[in-house]
Amino acid sequence: MRTVGALLRKELLLERKVPQLVPAMSLFSVTTFVVFHFALGQRTVDGELAAGILVVTLLFATILGINRLYVADREEGGFDAFLLAPVDRTALGIAKALTLFSFLVLLEVVMLPAFAILLLGPGMGFDVLGPLVLVLLLVNVGLSVIGTLVGALAIQTRARDLIGPLVALPLLVPVVIGAARALAPVLAVGGPAPLEARWLGVLGLYDLVFGLLAYALFDFLVED
Amino acid sequence: MTYGNRLRVTSFAAALVLLVAFGLAFFAADIEADQGFSQKIFYVHVPMAIVALCGFVYGAIMAVQHLRTGDSRYDLRSYVAIHLAVVLGVGTLLTGAIWAKAAWGVWFEWREPTLVSFLIVFLLYCTYQPLRFSIEDPEKQSRYASVFAITAGAFVPLNFLAVRLADPYIHPRVLNQGGSDLPDSFRLPFYLGILGMALLFAALYQYELSHKHARAQVRQLRRKLGGEDEAPGRSAAPQVHSS
Repeated sequence: MRTVGALLRKELLLERKVPQLVPAMSLFSVTTFVVFHFALGQRTVDGELAAGILVVTLLFATILGINRLYVADREEGGFDAFLLAPVDRTALGIAKALTLFSFLVLLEVVMLPAFAILLLGPGMGFDVLGPLVLVLLLVNVGLSVIGTLVGALAIQTRARDLIGPLVALPLLVPVVIGAARALAPVLAVGGPAPLEARWLGVLGLYDLVFGLLAYALFDFLVED
Repeated sequence: MTYGNRLRVTSFAAALVLLVAFGLAFFAADIEADQGFSQKIFYVHVPMAIVALCGFVYGAIMAVQHLRTGDSRYDLRSYVAIHLAVVLGVGTLLTGAIWAKAAWGVWFEWREPTLVSFLIVFLLYCTYQPLRFSIEDPEKQSRYASVFAITAGAFVPLNFLAVRLADPYIHPRVLNQGGSDLPDSFRLPFYLGILGMALLFAALYQYELSHKHARAQVRQLRRKLGGEDEAPGRSAAPQVHSS
């Protein structure tokens, strides 16, 4: 547990001293909203379209994050230093997942207001926020678990920028389904409709299964 | 290790069972009232899909064995199973597209959750070979491939669940009816089709394994003779070390 704390502190310190990932992901998400505006020719969006744009933007911004998650460790020798330390290998995985999770929360702090201002209609109130945050929390867990696993898988390959997104995208389709379907009624015109429990169930089940799987498998990705 | 004897038995059994299954499907099974003759592709398409999915799961089980024991033979089995399942997956998607065109007039139908799930699973497994190919160290390659195979294996049922829930439509067609709903004259050729396809998978699996072993042995013998060792072309397949 102390190892996880130390590693997490290191990651967050690194990002605070030399901000790299969070600003890039935030900027990317805002730009993507602009792109969606022109690509779809819509001034405001709601319902399924709004949920889809939000989830897809979050997904692609996460892919940016996944690609860079281990680059510093690989290039600056962080892996080697970690392997020399007499600590549990899984600690690195948990720390990376928590790092990605906190980056995603920071990203959403920028992304959600930008989305509301740029694309949501004037009818949206703050009552959207509660269900939105709940769904996004579950989504973030899934994204960070898969990101940790796929990032570690891809970093050792020669074509890591290619392999990462190729593997991550199909793996994350159930998250996209769950999130987009759950958020569609929340972002509908005329105020948020109640969340459907089954989508929270799908997201929760996904988080649970892949969380346990990543916990069991991460060890094999950092040996050497 | 040789696979020669078993290979012959499985090959003949696969050919025989598939012939009987297709013969029954064409001549004994009734013509489906709604779709007519085009429904016959059901006896190829569905067994192929089922065997492909089982191949993916078998690949995941072998990958678990590989990570637990560190024995590279399990990695080879996992590789061959996934490789063949991807090939069957291509067949499934092609026959699915043909059937969809005949039954619904479109090449792909988003409202058909089984087809959509299968496409997603197929797309995921398509990255297995590139992943292997882009890791040079053989030991690391097999370890990472096993991690991928296990993750993807767990993904298969979860993905089917999510896609099925996402679909608000009900399917009036025969496609989703389980074996128990099938009319009697459909049932025997269908089950035989599954059995035959599984035997075909087993035969191809043994062919590929024995081919890999034979090639490793040839290479070793050539090395013993002091001849030129053929430069091993880069391959995503696991290396076989014959003892």
